[in-house]
Amino acid sequence: MQKYLVRRLGLAVVTIIAVSLIIFIMSRASGDPRHIMLDDYSTDEDWERMGQVLGLDKPYWQQYLIFLRDAVQGDLGQSVKEGRPVTDVILERLPATLYLGLTAFAISLLVGIPLGILSSIKRGSLIDQIGKIVAMLGQSAPPFWLGIMLIIFFAVAWEILPPYGWDDWNSIVLPAVTLGWYYAAANLRLVRSAMLDVLDSEYIKLARAKGVPYRGVVLRHAFRNALIPPLTFAGVTLGALVTGSLVVETVFAWPGLGKLAIDALFAFDYPLLQGVVIVFTLLYVLAAFSVDVLYAYIDPRIRYA
Amino acid sequence: MVTQAATERDVVLRVNDLRTYFQTRWGTVKAVDGISFDLRRGETLGIVGESGSGKSVTMLSLMRLIPMPPGRIVSGSIMLDGEDLLQLSDGEMNRVRGSKIALIIQDPMTSLNPVFTIGNQVSEAIAIHQNIPKRSVMEQALSVLRKVNIPAAESRMRDYPHQLSGGMRQRVVGAIGISCQPQVLIADEPTTSLDVTIQAQYLALLKELQQDSNVALIFITHDFGIVAKMCDRVAVMYAGRIVEQGSVRDIFNRPSHPYTEALLASVPRMEEDVDRLYSIEGQPPTLHDLPPGCPFADRCQYVMERCREEYPTRTTISEGHDASCWRLI
Repeated sequence: MQKYLVRRLGLAVVTIIAVSLIIFIMSRASGDPRHIMLDDYSTDEDWERMGQVLGLDKPYWQQYLIFLRDAVQGDLGQSVKEGRPVTDVILERLPATLYLGLTAFAISLLVGIPLGILSSIKRGSLIDQIGKIVAMLGQSAPPFWLGIMLIIFFAVAWEILPPYGWDDWNSIVLPAVTLGWYYAAANLRLVRSAMLDVLDSEYIKLARAKGVPYRGVVLRHAFRNALIPPLTFAGVTLGALVTGSLVVETVFAWPGLGKLAIDALFAFDYPLLQGVVIVFTLLYVLAAFSVDVLYAYIDPRIRYA
Repeated sequence: MVTQAATERDVVLRVNDLRTYFQTRWGTVKAVDGISFDLRRGETLGIVGESGSGKSVTMLSLMRLIPMPPGRIVSGSIMLDGEDLLQLSDGEMNRVRGSKIALIIQDPMTSLNPVFTIGNQVSEAIAIHQNIPKRSVMEQALSVLRKVNIPAAESRMRDYPHQLSGGMRQRVVGAIGISCQPQVLIADEPTTSLDVTIQAQYLALLKELQQDSNVALIFITHDFGIVAKMCDRVAVMYAGRIVEQGSVRDIFNRPSHPYTEALLASVPRMEEDVDRLYSIEGQPPTLHDLPPGCPFADRCQYVMERCREEYPTRTTISEGHDASCWRLI
């Protein structure tokens, strides 16, 4: 168990370092920031001075180490657009993104897993049909379209929910549903097929033969085994939900990191964009790691491998 | 007359005219079509037949574990210890399963739940069926594991199935079967996936457990070698029916149904050197549209006009030995 966790943790660190290197290379490859920061009337001396201030006169490997050193200390540079430290800007926006991502994650689990179980044990029933429709809509409708449709119905036509922003307690509903639906659908399918496999297995037959009541067989014996595939997927889901809300945050004008990244991109605010990508990476790796831990807890074959 | 009464009292399981049908797209499949047999205390009955003959459906019907739908036990009775299992409610049946009638499943590699410890799985039936404190449940689980010769049983209790070898897992499955001292133990091809040495050990173990507890054993198999070694009586199944049953001696010495005869002829023998093993011509019939008459008729070397018209009645050959074939009448 410990060996497994240490290995996972090591992998997480390697991932972060690799991503930081990629970000660094890409930011240097995308051009000299002085082109944006200095105007047409600046002199060659200004150019040189700016290079010294930014540390661009040093060799690349030194620049990378400085970047890494600062990043570890929480210094991600200055935002060009806002004129403030990138870290401050990001920390302001982080709660909104986490709130949206985690709510969507909760929806994907709370809708996907129970519906998946019910549709597997009551195959062909009404609930199975409903599950199929939920899954099909979720997996085939692109989030931006789904978001717009939800706004049209719930905000414009029926006026039950706010269409954008984060002002009220119920502002979260539409963006979270839009974001979570796809993953709810994916979870539903995974749980359903995993349950069907497991319920058909010999050990379920043996559990029944021991006299375990059907409910106990489903909840105790089958469910835990059926959780393994969706849990594997949850590692990807959690990361993607927390970080992948660019489209949804834009559709709903949600004041989170996704929207910040888009704004930074359009404003050529590279330090800010870079910062957001780093934070996204951290969140993603953190999510994947927590799922790995949970995974080992549920499946002993991993714990002892 | 006295012996008659004694054997009557010894009967623990009496299956009468059991019929289990499945509704499929192609029609009704009569997987088990009117089988009857008795099982006495301490006795071992072998149920033999090829794949699809209804052996496993018989076993699942006895446990009432037929998936419903599409399956359905249409008629018959299963009298265990004076009560008809088919009349019990689901809840009552849960109390019988695992305590009075237990099952040892085919494949040891897949019949244990990968996410629970051995101790957990062995103690489960005990915890369900016996109203005793948790500590005694664990003690009992441990003693059952010792009974099936699991070395270092104490530490094995904390292991997971993937940490055990196939033979060891099979013994754990056996331990689960006997954990509540059942009256009837059904072993469904318990040794097919084990190698010969482990298989012999396991069979010896089962025999020993049976002598200890006097449990009645039903052995579902297609291996006549195992039948000869393990069983007192044999029922031969074909297309959902028992075509012949009798003592092992009767069946081996005087096989009376052509199918039994053919099955025995296809068992390879050590002392003979043959180029090709004997095999029965043709395929077993598909069970959803059985023709009237004897389902073996198409493959039978003695087939007569009558065989295709009417199912043969059960004929007693000697005491406790009967077969269903027109040739015997």
